[in-house]
Amino acid sequence: MSQKAGKVKRHMSREEVTFHLMLLPGMIILAIFVFAPLFGSVMAFENYVPAKGLLRSKWVGLSNFDFIFSLPDSKQVFMNTLIIAFAKLIVNIIIPVTFAILLNEIRVGICKKTFQTIVYLPHFLSWVVLATVITNMFSLDGPINSVVSFFGGTPIYFLADNKWFRTVIVLTDAWKEFGYNSVVYLAALTGIDPGLYEAASIDGANRFKQILHITVPALLPTVVLMTSLNLGNILSAGFDQVFNLYNPIVYETGDIIDTYVYRIGMVERQYSIGAAVGLLKSVISFILILGSNRLAKMTTGSGIF
Amino acid sequence: MKKEIKIGKVVSQVLIWIVVIFFSLICLLPLINMVAISLSGSEAVSANKVGLIPIDFTLSTYNKLLGDSQFWTSFWISVKRVVLGSIINMLFTITMAYPLSKSKKRFRAREIYMKIVIFAMLFSGGVIPLFMVVSKLHLTNTIWSLVLPGAVPVFNVILLINFFKGVPESLEEAARIDGASPMRILVNVYLPISLPALATVGLFAIVNHWNDYFSGLIYMSKASMYPLQTYIQQLTVDVTQITDAEQLKQLSSLNNRSFNAAKIVASTIPLLIIYPFLQKYFVTGMVIGAVKE
Repeated sequence: MSQKAGKVKRHMSREEVTFHLMLLPGMIILAIFVFAPLFGSVMAFENYVPAKGLLRSKWVGLSNFDFIFSLPDSKQVFMNTLIIAFAKLIVNIIIPVTFAILLNEIRVGICKKTFQTIVYLPHFLSWVVLATVITNMFSLDGPINSVVSFFGGTPIYFLADNKWFRTVIVLTDAWKEFGYNSVVYLAALTGIDPGLYEAASIDGANRFKQILHITVPALLPTVVLMTSLNLGNILSAGFDQVFNLYNPIVYETGDIIDTYVYRIGMVERQYSIGAAVGLLKSVISFILILGSNRLAKMTTGSGIF
Repeated sequence: MKKEIKIGKVVSQVLIWIVVIFFSLICLLPLINMVAISLSGSEAVSANKVGLIPIDFTLSTYNKLLGDSQFWTSFWISVKRVVLGSIINMLFTITMAYPLSKSKKRFRAREIYMKIVIFAMLFSGGVIPLFMVVSKLHLTNTIWSLVLPGAVPVFNVILLINFFKGVPESLEEAARIDGASPMRILVNVYLPISLPALATVGLFAIVNHWNDYFSGLIYMSKASMYPLQTYIQQLTVDVTQITDAEQLKQLSSLNNRSFNAAKIVASTIPLLIIYPFLQKYFVTGMVIGAVKE
């Protein structure tokens, strides 16, 4: 480049022109299906009527938000979301970590592989399919209630009982994902220097003590990373799962923000109210994700972006 | 003393095996139960007697399924969208990942594009405004509504960017000096050595398209246009109509459970076919994904 380069903008190289062209179609798709809906979110500040369109619907400022905050449902839905998401956050660390540690103790290669093949499977099945499986398991005369009866309890209608619904949601999510979630921890385990265990066993530490003092500390950075990353999703309690398992009887404990938005917006067609709740969630989530990513970078030195 | 340690070791090993086997069975048994129900006589099913082995073994549900035109219509829609959708996903993933894997020096606009892509990954306008856009474009009730809104799988793009970054620059240097265009370098140098990564993102795309029921639910107004997962979702009772537990109980026993089970099992078979490949590659995918910017 000539010395002028500092003043005059360098022309694009031919390669760069091609790069721009390669990115163009993708950018158009993102513009239409990500950024246009973003501008469409102004309907949250309007009394949106589809026939009038976005530009001619009446502007109402923040009154949709006032309305949301005045609804008794809103607080309930918000709390349900937080409770379910937070419980999932905890359970989805404890079970996969425990499972990874135990599986790592199994040295017979073929058995280990078979176990992995089995526990990864539910992750790849859809909630539509699994909801049927779960409804079946938890039905009044289903297998779980047979166990309850066997121990002298009275059968419980788990999916239509506000005392149980959240528990079922959290546990079945753990059931679907624990195998898949254990993968990162298994990877971290294989990275531990075997010399550490040898030294410990020479010093007389038994297997349990070795796990406590070598394995667990070695997993800690991964646990911290996964926790802080998941904190960003605390307002998403799992739409697909709840949507396919809930019913009006358990709205009180099971209705979450995303299912609420769906019902208000898509079923009752109160577009503006639905969009307002959705926008509120998107903004808070976005801030949380940025924050949690920073937290992850601060504590472990790595994040997702 | 020594013997004690040995016994302790054996006991802990046995305990570990028991727990791991327990975990695995928990994953497997509910699925086997579903298969058993689909193969059992309807009397045994409604009496809830079927466990892991079919009772009054019959293939009648599957026979019935072969003649169920709605099921096959939906199955075919799903197959079409998986093929079309995955190809489109792959085209976008590859053409976007390549330029974005280059350094700021070679591609000065890179940072801006990256910001756009990451923003698109983290922020969504929400389901309602998206629905408005799709219907304004008159895509509802066409297969494009299932394919275009998610045409750029941002997470996969970032995965592939990370993989491309790991490719040594010396590999493409020779081709660049010979004057090969970026497109040519991508096709002749990058794609052949990226097969594991491409398999990973390709399989993710296939699974996502196969499992998605929601776009079918909101964008299709006629049941005859539902993809398979939406069709199955609609089978399992319209829950919004139910108001008390007794009703819910009645509906679930009235439903033809063994026939529904057969539909569910059949809808899962395509996934089971690709599962060995999935298992082989998704760990690779997670490892690549872990490589940081």
